[in-house]
Amino acid sequence: MTLDAAAWAALRLSLWVALWATLIAVPLALWIAWLLARKEFWGKTLLNALVHLPLVLPPVVTGYVLLTLFSPAAPLGAGLQAIGLTLAFKWTGAVLAAIVMGFPLMVRAMRLAVEAVDPKLEDAAATLGASRAGVFIRVTLPLITPGILAGAVLGFAKAMGEFGATITFVANIPGETQTLPIAIWTALQIPGGEGSAAAMALLSCTVALGAVLLSEMLARRVAARIGDRS
Amino acid sequence: MKLCVRHHFDGFDLNVSIESPGGVTALFGRSGAGKSTVVKAVAGLLRPDCGFLEVGGTVLMDTSRGIFVPASQRRFGTVFQDARLFPHLSVAQNLDFGTRYAPDPAAVPRAEVIDLLGLVHLLDRRPSALSGGEKQRVALGRALLSGPRMLLMDEPLANLDGPRKQEILPFLEHLRDGPLGLPILYVSHAVDEIARLADTLVLLHNGAITAQGPLREVMSDPADVPLLGVREAGAVIEARVVHHNDDGLTRLAISAGTLDLPGVVAPVGARVRLRVMAQDVTLARTRPEGLSALNILAVTVMDIRAGDGPGAAIALRAGEDRLLARITRRAVAQMSLEVGQTCFAVLKATTVAPGSIGR
Repeated sequence: MTLDAAAWAALRLSLWVALWATLIAVPLALWIAWLLARKEFWGKTLLNALVHLPLVLPPVVTGYVLLTLFSPAAPLGAGLQAIGLTLAFKWTGAVLAAIVMGFPLMVRAMRLAVEAVDPKLEDAAATLGASRAGVFIRVTLPLITPGILAGAVLGFAKAMGEFGATITFVANIPGETQTLPIAIWTALQIPGGEGSAAAMALLSCTVALGAVLLSEMLARRVAARIGDRS
Repeated sequence: MKLCVRHHFDGFDLNVSIESPGGVTALFGRSGAGKSTVVKAVAGLLRPDCGFLEVGGTVLMDTSRGIFVPASQRRFGTVFQDARLFPHLSVAQNLDFGTRYAPDPAAVPRAEVIDLLGLVHLLDRRPSALSGGEKQRVALGRALLSGPRMLLMDEPLANLDGPRKQEILPFLEHLRDGPLGLPILYVSHAVDEIARLADTLVLLHNGAITAQGPLREVMSDPADVPLLGVREAGAVIEARVVHHNDDGLTRLAISAGTLDLPGVVAPVGARVRLRVMAQDVTLARTRPEGLSALNILAVTVMDIRAGDGPGAAIALRAGEDRLLARITRRAVAQMSLEVGQTCFAVLKATTVAPGSIGR
């Protein structure tokens, strides 16, 4: 049971991909969650279904859809490449796959948090002179911080573990797209690779456990700061 | 203040037009009368089908000209029935929440408001650690410290029990009479609060206004008895404290003579507001002798209005003041009571509850 350089590279890549995916997805998921919780608009049901689609689709299919949309041959992929952003078979593509797969989990957690905030508190803040942005930053945001953290941790964990969509979309290129789960899978394909796979699996567990503990600690600290919600 | 609101929702029509000279304007109505909709429209939290609002010469809403100043710019310090304190902030942070939006944050009388509302020892607490009365005091302070042009109070005492109410009412009286002198729109279904605080009274019933005018006129109009409730109706008159007697009674001067009442704490010379319940006024054709009641006033019958039941509301004039009596229709007939007649009103000394004596 040893960790070779390739394993460490896979871990670094996974962390890097998960970090970027979380950073990009959190504001976006928060916005979508707020829309779904608070606004009535045409196409709301469709948006909701679209957000949740990766949760029910086979990951391979999600990866295939991403490949179809973002390969340099597709208009969207070509357009992004023209502005210097290549996704297919790049670590950036792994980030996109992680975002798409983790998005439903993030939105669900954040939507619940937004729905738990009494709009009457926001009304009260408005009567005191706070603009819409002021109300959001000074009242809504602090009250939903635990939900945002929970969503972020779920999304991060999902990004760390994403396999199907990632390998379909960006393949298995060591140092570029070979994330930890893909590295474990690869090790298992090679005779005698079980030791390396077990070591990496243990590493994966450690990171996941650490993330959950960290989020618990943060949530507790936030809850203490926010106090009773009654 | 000038307010017009027309709004249709859920099969309910609201059509309200209020004009008030300032001071405390009370909007009275039973639940379902449309009070909260009026509050929301005034606060800017609801855009009515048709509305106009002007306060102190500033037009804040005129749907016919497309003017709708958003809630955040209306500067109506609003106190809601459920205090709506921000749970993630301390009392001090709640109080200071709106100060940065005040036109002149430096001029906000923070120390005075905290002192007036007795909040000094609560500043570091969380809202969850406050009692109901304390929460409402913080909510009131928070509204005052946002530099409001008017205070909007939506049933601020409805969730409080008697003693907690008494804890807050003096602050509201102080706001009305004190140096902070803000116009207040006070929405309530509690006649006792209104009788104590209001200068102008507006009665709302099923989305329409049935009466409005100076408090004393509306409260002493027999036509308004059914809406206010036969047990709650009663005239409000102003009196001056003459002297406190050793036996616990206080002599009060009113335009028609004097009254001796217990439980008056105001100093000699102070003006107090009395609420004389209609059901506590007895009428006699001749000046009664040998009664236990101390307060007997010569009055003139101004109006007789028979109710739906066995009762009748009688409007009386006592000097410059108006009184209201509620007696049975049978008594009206037996006494052959007529408009213009002079008779005697007997007020039991205990008529005026301590809570209804205000500045």
